[in-house]
Amino acid sequence: MSALDYLSAALLLLGFIFSLSGAIGLFRFPDFFTRIHASSVTDSSGAVCIILGLALQTNFDLVTVKLLFILFFLLLTGPTGSHALAKSARHGGLLTIPECQEKAKDGVS
Amino acid sequence: MTVLIDLILLAMLVITAFRIIYIKDLFSVVMLFGIYSFLCAALFVTLDAVDVAFTEASVGAGISTVLMLSTIAITGRKEKLSLHSHTFATLIVLLTGGALIYGTFDMPLFGLADNPVHEHVAPRYIETSPTEIGLPNMVTSVLASYRGFDTFGETVVVFAAAIGVFSLLGVRGKPTELLAQEQGLTQHKVLRVVAKISIPLIILFALYVQFHGDFGPGGGFQAGVIAAAAFILYALTFSLRKAVGVVSPRFVKYLAPVGVLLYASVGLVSMLNGANFLDYNVLAADPVDGQHYGIIIIELGVGITVFSVMLGIFYAFAGQVEKANVQ
Repeated sequence: MSALDYLSAALLLLGFIFSLSGAIGLFRFPDFFTRIHASSVTDSSGAVCIILGLALQTNFDLVTVKLLFILFFLLLTGPTGSHALAKSARHGGLLTIPECQEKAKDGVS
Repeated sequence: MTVLIDLILLAMLVITAFRIIYIKDLFSVVMLFGIYSFLCAALFVTLDAVDVAFTEASVGAGISTVLMLSTIAITGRKEKLSLHSHTFATLIVLLTGGALIYGTFDMPLFGLADNPVHEHVAPRYIETSPTEIGLPNMVTSVLASYRGFDTFGETVVVFAAAIGVFSLLGVRGKPTELLAQEQGLTQHKVLRVVAKISIPLIILFALYVQFHGDFGPGGGFQAGVIAAAAFILYALTFSLRKAVGVVSPRFVKYLAPVGVLLYASVGLVSMLNGANFLDYNVLAADPVDGQHYGIIIIELGVGITVFSVMLGIFYAFAGQVEKANVQ
């Protein structure tokens, strides 16, 4: 294995860890906004790591360029999707946990 | 390793199917259908059927999700409670499922070289299509030339679906005055900017898929759906009125038969040249060149019809949604 192979393996492993932590965060975090935070941040960083790791496995030809196009498109659409989702939730009146607690306190007093 | 991936994907497929049955919220069901289609696409990729995977991803996960969402916008997102008992239906489903599983015992084992599917016409396609048609992507050769008649039938089916939707819902020639107020996602500035960047890229990719289908995975069906998705994205982010201003429903309505007629006219030209319907060999002096011309033109016909039908169905559904919102 050459140095590039090791680097690619490390990147793929890092991407795997990112994606896995995103999935765990999606299940374990308490409310919508923390969950979408977990999944969106780790999705983007995981995608960067995995696609760069895959690009190092190619012969640096058209396939590499295609992978970079996919990366560009993912970086463009992934955060946008999460942003739109969170903004729509906000627009629809969903509150974060501290806001909910404050509202409950106001209701009692 | 492949077996492990297959098993995981199939297990996820079964779990998704069960969730679809038990969830009552139709919005989640539509999302799960999208996931189901993507899992199918991944399975097709592991079977090396990239063309089919491409179609499944673009049609199953892309366009049909949007169409089902626009249906939900009209009908409401809760499933109706059914009061009568399900015993009889369950019995029939169990019987049919049991018969189907019993039927699989007679099927040949997966992946054997002497399975019937590998002994019929497939060897001839694989042996002679490089010299007879000469396209690098053999799937396109089979789909567009050897099985050109079947593909013609599929295109006509897509067109017939459009006729059904248009005659039920109707496509208005121009937007009514009631829709004059500004709509679309005016709040989502980021979404609009990103949509503006990505729409030209999506259309460019659709053209690449259309005309690169002879060399790699892709072709008219996928390209038409992707191009329609670009315009649907425009309609969703910027308002239906603006999208109708770019590609009017009347234009879409006239464009849908153009693709079918283009396809059929290739067949008629080959008949006029003294060959069978859709026999491309006679379209040029060299039979291989004739095959290439024929395949390019009929793929274009398929692409045009699929694009206009998908966009037309979306217009019909979205028009109903807007009408319901106005009232």
